[in-house]
Parts: sequence; structure tokens; C-alpha cells
Amino acid sequence: MTLGTATRSTAPERGGGAAAPSPAARRVRRRYPPALLGVSVGVALLALIPLFFVAAYTVSVGWDTVVALLWRPRVGELLWNTTRLALACMVLSAVVGTAAAWLVERSDLPGRRIWNVLLVVPLAIPAFVNSYGWVSITPAVEGYGGALLIVTLSYYPLVYLPVAAALRGLDPALEETANALGHGRWRTFVRVVLPQLRPAMLGGALLVGLHLLAEFGALQMLRFPTFTTAIYDQFESSFNGPAANMVAGVLVLCCLLLLLGELRLRGRARYARLGAGSPRPATPSRLGVLGAPVLLAMAALVTLALVVPLGALGYWLVTGSSASFPVAELTSATLTSLGLAGAAALVTTVLALPVAWLCVRHPGPVGTVVERATYFGNALPGIVVALALVTIAIRYTPPLYQTVPLLVLAYAILFLPRAMVSVRSALAQVPPVLDDVAQALGTGPAATMWRVTLPLIARGLGAGAALVFLAGVTELTATLLLSPTGTHTLATEFWAGTSSISYAGAAPYAALMVLISAPATYLLTREARTAP
Amino acid sequence: MRVRGRAMAVAAGLTVILTAAACGGSNGGTSADGTPTLTLYNAQHDFVKDIAAAFTKKTGIGVRIRSGADSELANQIVQEGKASPADVFVTENSPAMTLVDGKNLFSKVATGTLANVPDAYEPSDADWVGFAARSTVLAYDPKALKPGDLPASILDLAQPRWKGRIGIAPAGADFQAIVSAVLATRGEAATATWLAGLEANAKKYPGNGAVMKAVNAGEIEAGVIYHYYWYSDRAESGANSRNTELHYFSGGDPGAFLSISGAGVLRSSRHQDAAQQLVAFLTSPEAQKILAGASKEYPIANGATQQPDLRPLSQLQPPKVDPATLNGPKVVDLMQRAGLL
Repeated sequence: MTLGTATRSTAPERGGGAAAPSPAARRVRRRYPPALLGVSVGVALLALIPLFFVAAYTVSVGWDTVVALLWRPRVGELLWNTTRLALACMVLSAVVGTAAAWLVERSDLPGRRIWNVLLVVPLAIPAFVNSYGWVSITPAVEGYGGALLIVTLSYYPLVYLPVAAALRGLDPALEETANALGHGRWRTFVRVVLPQLRPAMLGGALLVGLHLLAEFGALQMLRFPTFTTAIYDQFESSFNGPAANMVAGVLVLCCLLLLLGELRLRGRARYARLGAGSPRPATPSRLGVLGAPVLLAMAALVTLALVVPLGALGYWLVTGSSASFPVAELTSATLTSLGLAGAAALVTTVLALPVAWLCVRHPGPVGTVVERATYFGNALPGIVVALALVTIAIRYTPPLYQTVPLLVLAYAILFLPRAMVSVRSALAQVPPVLDDVAQALGTGPAATMWRVTLPLIARGLGAGAALVFLAGVTELTATLLLSPTGTHTLATEFWAGTSSISYAGAAPYAALMVLISAPATYLLTREARTAP
Repeated sequence: MRVRGRAMAVAAGLTVILTAAACGGSNGGTSADGTPTLTLYNAQHDFVKDIAAAFTKKTGIGVRIRSGADSELANQIVQEGKASPADVFVTENSPAMTLVDGKNLFSKVATGTLANVPDAYEPSDADWVGFAARSTVLAYDPKALKPGDLPASILDLAQPRWKGRIGIAPAGADFQAIVSAVLATRGEAATATWLAGLEANAKKYPGNGAVMKAVNAGEIEAGVIYHYYWYSDRAESGANSRNTELHYFSGGDPGAFLSISGAGVLRSSRHQDAAQQLVAFLTSPEAQKILAGASKEYPIANGATQQPDLRPLSQLQPPKVDPATLNGPKVVDLMQRAGLL
């Protein structure tokens, strides 16, 4: 770890250990390529549209109205609910996700490959389907405790995945060195492994927090009011009224706090390695007497996260034989969901690439600001993004109103962070020196990108696209507002069913959502299963 | 890895095509043979889809349906203004119609259509027309409440003795319509006091169905809902209403409020004739029969027959309220101040 410390003090903006660049090279990198900068700033501005809208709206309604709408007990209650749920879920997800990742990657837990798959599968079960499963069995999950349980079960894979990936990429030589220097297993974990996992863990926890700030369906079903469900209630009573936008403003501030907090905790260390080396598989730590209880805990986790919701779903599918299976509607909703989520995955990943590039390859205040700007969409509920786009489209681009392109744009704004996290961490693990070598050997910048960098980050791009696809399949509120009239997705049909408490009628749509989410989830776990 | 990249590109291309196929062609308002396709903003339940299908079968005029909630769609139409894609707007309750009407966005309803419906179910300005009605009721748990315990007026629910024992669905347009009736009959000050009492007393649920379910499960002793939730559930299996009974308020109490579902033609519609035909059809015997068959709401057109299990419309004692005076935004404002929203 002395290496990292030295890096931090001598070349804080580059890192990369022994590859510290000459001052001349550093100067070149600090000059931002205008095209890259332009595109990245464009993406950031796009992502900030809803924020501008909320801010402009706040200014336009005037101070007195703002105070009257914000300074009331209801807002205090919502703030308390939102904060305690978000913080508790982030901590729980970080603990569960990291512990599970370490067990699967670094211990002699039996059946590690199977566990790896089972631990990620909850990603394919949308949070509101998970809620639906639980709430259709027992109303006892309504309220804080149940909400915390269910959102944690739904979101811990967001920590598990990046932490597991980081553990796989971590050369065991570091740990062996620490061991050789006299550190015990626990001390090695805390002082050597954990700091290396920090970006992945914090990045994952940040995603969990942002998800929660924007979560609507699951919490509405569990009758746990947060800012986002309150905005929806306001929307139902006043469409784009002042109260909804004021509450959205508070939500933006919460998001800002999270982003700043994560930035501060992440620190400035860089984690690229020079050369891939030839890491051997790590020697699995022996669990010994802890083996049985650990196995039980893992089984309990999988039962709660998978067996309960899928079991409930299966029950309603069978019981709902009275509720017919409307084949035509199911098919059309499935195709629409596939198409919309696929388009969103493509567009979003393409938009994320230049921003990630800027922030990884040209680190500095500009890159950080641009990158962070893209995160706001994710903390804003779909409904706020949609309302902003509806108003802007009606006023300035009427032909785009209620069209697919506008809906895909909304998805892109909402889900950019998911693509960003994957693309950024993939890029961060590619040492820039490879580009320099390629260019020194006479390869042009475009060819270097195409032949050297893209192949190295292809998996990151795929993972980002998969995450966006998963989110797109389950998106509800923006779809309700922005989709062309007559367009129905699996999510909107499922929601219509559960709103009228026809659990059986909603079940086929939920099952199809899980089904078409499965391939993307498979993609996310494949890397893990083919790793040594 | 390159191969995978190419496969991903192909997959992406396919999805774009699929999207176009699934969602395409939704922007045209007129089909090849000149028959218009109407866009209906529907805040009512699914039976409207059945009525629209019957309308298309009869006239050849297609109907595209956008679903949402009363106030949401009404405010959306107001924001869209002249550019609104909607031709016809159909709601569950009157305040949403009043909101759109207040911005002068409706065309006058054809006189032939107005003649289909008794005057009591039309706003005084005749800019829209009622086509269905629902009665406010108190669903209660007969094990917890004896007939003597039931409140005489819906306003009594604000009394401290009801604390923690009742449920409402404040975010929904249904309950807000009931509040608008209290506002219209009792005035602003009394309504504000009543809402403050409810905020202290009532458990809040996301919808009428959830309120009824909670009464049925014994979570609360009584809840304010519309009658048809109870009758629909009883007709299906009774799973969510088996342990409950209905209490009808009487004597013109605001708790006996009969909420009118309205239909109107948007002034901005480019298909005025077709849109008027659809609204006329909603009040026709054919559509009213579909309504009475598929829903437990009251059909209200002249000569329509309600389902025999419902309490006869003529026996209800609703307060006399001009639907055109029901004020949605004011109600939302009062409810926000009371902390219910």
C-alpha cells in the first residue's frame, strides 16, 4: 500500500504507480480534446434538463409559495422516511453485498459458482415485483421494516456485482505480501483488500442510494411514503403542479448530498495496474467451523430474495387460471418493452462513453463536474424527468410530444449513471499507457480506440447496457406519461393490474418482465462464471 | 470479442426495428379511407374500453386510449392547451371536468346528447355531460360497529372518537371529489376543520380498494369509499369485502354525495363530428347497457336500467350540487394545508 500512498502524494491527478508520466505528457493530457469535451458537456446538459426545469419552476412560483409548500409537517415526515430508508438500505446492501462477494470469490464456500448466479438473479426481479410477491402473501411487510427488507433484497446485487468483479481483478499477490509481512487474515482484509474494494463498494452503495431516492412502485405498494411516492400523489392531483416540483427540488438536494459524500469518501487514489501481470487464482480462505452457519445465511438470503417473490408469482400464475392469459396483449406488451429497453440500452451506453472517457483519461475538475452532472437523472423519479420533458416538448418541440424518441431520451437521462458506473470502472482498469504504445507504433487515434481500447472495455460496455436494459424493462412512471397513446409495456400493464389489486391478472406481466430480464442478468454473471 | 460486438450491434438494430413496429403509426389521426381515429383520454375504468370497441364496431371510427387518473389527465390537457392530442376526455368524477372547462377547452355538447341525460347529471353550462354515477358510502366492519355507532354525517368522522379507527384514500380523485362536495355544501372554513380532523384520525391508503381491504381485514373499523368497489368485489368472490357492510349517509349530507363521471369534446380536436359521436354514444342505451353489465357504477341516461343488486338510484339522498361548481384545485390546496397530500 506504500505504492498507493506515494502515488497519491506525487501525482494525484494521474496515479498509475510506476507509469508516472513525464511533465510534457501530463500537459498534453490536461488539454481537453475539444470534440470530446463538447460531446461530454452536451450529454451532461441533456442529463441536467430536469434539474434546470425544477430550478426554473421553483424560481417562477416565488419564495412565499416555496416556503408554504416546503415548511410543513408532511415534508418533514417524508424527509425522515426517505433518509432513514436510504441510509439504512445503503449500509445493509454494502455489508450484505461485500460479505457475499468475499465469500463467493475468496472463501471455500461449497458451490461458489451456483451461489454467484443465485446472488445476482434478484436483479432480474424488479423491486416492485418483489414487493408484489411479498405483499400478496402478507400485509405485514407494509411500513418501514418491510420496505427496508424488500428494497435491500432487491438492491444488494448492485454492491455485490462490482465488489465481486473488483475482488476477481485484485492480484492475490497484494494479500500474500501483506501476509508475508505479518498481517493476519482479518487485518489483511481490512487494511489491504477493503481499501482496494472501496471504489466498487462506494460506487455500488451510491447506486443503491440513488435508486432508492427514485424508487416508486415498490414503496407505493408497501405504503411507505417517501419523496418520490409523494411526488406521484401530487402529480395525480395536479399533474405538473408547484407542490410536486418543490418536493422534487428537495429530492435533488438529497441526491447532491449523496454524490458529494461518495466523492469525498472515494478519495483521489487511482487503481489502474501497470500490465495485467499473471494473477493466479487466489487461494480460497477456509471457513472451517463457520462453514455451516455461513451456508445457512446464504440460503436464507437467497430464500428471501428469490424464493419468496418467485414463489408468490408462481402461485398467482396458477391460481389466476380464472384470469385469462390475453395472448395478443401479452405479446404486444412484451415486444414494446423489449424494443424500448433495447433502444434505451444502446443510446445510453453510447452517451456514457465520452463522459466516462473524459473523466477517466483527463481527470480534473472539469471531468468530475461533467461526470457527476450525469448522475442527477437517476435520483430524480421518472415522473419528474417525464414532467420536465412533457412541458418542454409541448412548448418547444410539439412534434416530439408523446413519441418514442422522447421516451428513449427520458430513459437515457434516468439511466445514464448505470451505464456510467460500468463504463467508467472498465476504462479505469485499462492503463492509458497502452494507448500511448499503440500511437507510438503508428496507430491513429480512431484505430487505437477501435482496436485497443474498445475490445478491452467491451465487457464494461455490455454490463452497462445490460443494467440499462434491466432498468428500462421495469420503468413505470416516465413510460406512463411520455409513451405514445396506446402504447403499453409490461410494466404499465402490471401496474394497472396491481393497482386494482388483481394479483392474478398482473402475474403474467410480472413473469414476462422477469423472463426478458433474465438474459441481461445472465450477461452480467457470465464474466464471473468463466473467470478462473 | 469483436464477434460479440457485432452480435450486440445486430441485436440493437433489431430492437430499434421492433420498437418502430410496436409503437409506430400512432401519430396519424386519419386512416387511409378518411375515417378519423380518435384519441380518448380516459380516467375511467376499463369498461370504457369495451364501450369504445363497440363504438368502433358500429361507426368504423377507431379509438386510441390514453389512461390515467382524473386530475392528472385534466391538468395534462390544460398544459397541452391547443396542442392537445386528445379529442375526447372521460373522467371518473366531476372536478376534473370542471378544471378543463374552467380553461375554456371544451366544445359545447351536442343538444341531442344532452337530451339523453337528466339535467341533474349535467353541469349548468352544458360544456360536458354525465354518463355514469357513483355514490359515496362508508364501508364498515359490523363486528366492530353496531348500527347505533355509525356516524350520521361524514363530517362526524373528524371527531376525536374516530381517531385511528377509520381509513381514507386521500391521494385519489375519488376522495377529492367527496371533499369538493363538502366544500360546495359547507364552505371553506368547515372543510378545512374537517380535513384537519381527518388527518389526525384516518389511516391513509393508496386507493378505495385498499381501504375496503383494510376494513375487511379488521385493520380499521370503517372507511370512506364509493359503492361500486364493494359491489364489484361481492360479485366476484367477496374476498376483500366479506366482513364488511355499507352505510349510506342520507338527508342530503355531503357523505351521500353522488359523483358524476363526465365526458366532453375538446375544443382543439380536429375531429369534432367524430368526437361528438363518441360522447353521444357514451349516453346511448347501447353503451349504458355495456356499462351496467361490466361495472357496478350507476348508468344515468334516461331509460337506462341499473343492476338489480344495487340500491336503487331513486332511493339515494345526495346533496344538491351543481357539478360545474366542484373545485378540484381548491380541494388539493386545502388538503395540502391539512397535510393529507
